[in-house]
Amino acid sequence: MNETATPQMQDQTLEDYTTADGRKIGGVMMDLKSITLRFGGLIAINDISFNIRQGEIRAIIGPNGAGKSSMLNVISGFYQPQEGEVWFMGKKRPTMRPYKVARQGIARTFQNIALFEGMTVLDNIMTGRLNFMKTGWVAQSIWLGSAKKEETINRQKVEEIIDFLEIQTIRKTPVGRLPYGLKKRVELARALAAEPNLLLLDEPMAGMNVEEKEDMSRFILDVNDEFGTTIALIEHDMGVVMDLSDRVVVMDYGKKIGDGTPDEVRNNQEVIEAYLGVSHD
Amino acid sequence: MFYREAGDFKTSYAADNQTFPIAFDRYRYWVVLAIAFLVMPFIINDYWANALLIPFLIYAIAAIGLNILTGYCGQVSLGTGAFMAVGAYSCYKLMTAFPDVSILIHVVLAGGITAMVGAAFGLPSLRIKGFYLAVATLAAQFFLVWLFNKVPWFYNNSASGQISAPERFVFGVPVTGANTDAWAVYLVCLVFVTGSAIIARNMTRGSMGRKWMAIRDMDIAAEIIGVNPLRAKLSAFAVSSFFVGISGALFFSVYLGAVEVGEVFGINKSFLVLFMVIIGGLGSIFGSFAGAAFIVCLPVVLKLIGVDLFGWPPDLVAHFNLIIVGLLIMFFLIKEPHGLAQLWRVAKEKLRLWPFPH
Repeated sequence: MNETATPQMQDQTLEDYTTADGRKIGGVMMDLKSITLRFGGLIAINDISFNIRQGEIRAIIGPNGAGKSSMLNVISGFYQPQEGEVWFMGKKRPTMRPYKVARQGIARTFQNIALFEGMTVLDNIMTGRLNFMKTGWVAQSIWLGSAKKEETINRQKVEEIIDFLEIQTIRKTPVGRLPYGLKKRVELARALAAEPNLLLLDEPMAGMNVEEKEDMSRFILDVNDEFGTTIALIEHDMGVVMDLSDRVVVMDYGKKIGDGTPDEVRNNQEVIEAYLGVSHD
Repeated sequence: MFYREAGDFKTSYAADNQTFPIAFDRYRYWVVLAIAFLVMPFIINDYWANALLIPFLIYAIAAIGLNILTGYCGQVSLGTGAFMAVGAYSCYKLMTAFPDVSILIHVVLAGGITAMVGAAFGLPSLRIKGFYLAVATLAAQFFLVWLFNKVPWFYNNSASGQISAPERFVFGVPVTGANTDAWAVYLVCLVFVTGSAIIARNMTRGSMGRKWMAIRDMDIAAEIIGVNPLRAKLSAFAVSSFFVGISGALFFSVYLGAVEVGEVFGINKSFLVLFMVIIGGLGSIFGSFAGAAFIVCLPVVLKLIGVDLFGWPPDLVAHFNLIIVGLLIMFFLIKEPHGLAQLWRVAKEKLRLWPFPH
């Protein structure tokens, strides 16, 4: 099955097109070429290539331990792959520290929420704006002119995001006191505050009930639609993945076993085997 | 009824962002400043100045410094005493090398030198955290004290190995040396405390402070959001050491006048300032003041009660002091890691709803 399925899936047209719901999908934004990531003897990612196109919602799925989160960590610069190349915005990306990757316009959320618990919601989201705040320490220490102005301008942006995600009432609440679902939303807000070109979401709906999932799905679609942000997400809820995403990559044991539109992936024999299991007789 | 935010509407982000969002707090801040600057100098006497006010002000600066490093940036340091010594010795060297320059400038410059030394000793923080970093700063503590004892250049080859502050004037009034007045020394310290607190507050509420707090709360997430950990940690060490250096310079020049480094700036001093920060409240400028006031006042209050009121022997009262501080440290570490500042905050929140808690 692999021999017939894979070439056909690789052969994706890269022309710009418009989706059924009117979103424009452009050329390749991020291209991952033959990425291999090892931890000692363990091969977490084995020779995986796929791309993410401008404006699309790209899902990465697979069973536990398939290497999905590692893949996201490679994209966000947290892991350096031993082999392979990461191309971003048409340029090959050299080895760089995560904070530099962030400055290139890649933001992310984490599977286990990684908010700054000791800070308020507002301060947490304001940290997302750090790359836009350039005032020197002298101006900051006397809080005059540029520091004050910059703070206000960035606050304005943050307030837009707060409105967008409907978290006005918890603005001044310390994050440690929030329930799980809201924390996830605040984390999304912090990532959005960075105005990313590419937004990576690691299981944005893990542990949520149906309503929270619906809310989060709506936010993800709105972000993509209104800000034109390209999104790559990892998710286990197949219903959500199939509804949200334009294209899906399927991983299993560090290998790519499928790549294509939700419909293509759903009917891929190897994907079905990975998810449902297959008898070996 | 006036202490609440109800009816106090903010119409701009700048107004929402000010240090004291509640009107009553703002007025109180100005009243406290006015009393400190305009009333206290006239009623101060030598005993209260030397026993309470001046050490409180100087320790408050040190506590603000350590609070920036430990409370805001989450890097534990046991080298505060040594960094105070760096401030003291730089101030001494500057005072003797450039006798014509104002002592106020020397104190600030001493802070600057300490900032550089502090940043250098902060380098291990890029690799190690927590207890291990504490041990690394402990090395700084012992190394610097040893260095100031060992190299005669630092104490200008004086026979005693001590440094003693020559007489210096501010606006014609002596502030160091033998003939100082309590009010002049008090005012010098007060100016530095006010400046330090305002600068510390401004730095911690802006993007620098957020970088520090992000590193403190979750360094991995901070880096992925775009914080350069190297710059954030080293800047915290530098800014923290700047304040600690100023407090060391003041401690030596205007308060003690003569210093033997091992005695004054030993490991005990590091712990003392750390206790102030823990009891006062990690991550709060107000907490630095509360902690400094508490630790400075406690022995004096105990002496008033124990020795003067009940006639207990002084050494017993001194031991009581140690026991109480020790118990309080344990209490705060277990029950309220954010210290007096947090207790104050919680009390305010409860009182706001009182007597109907829901």
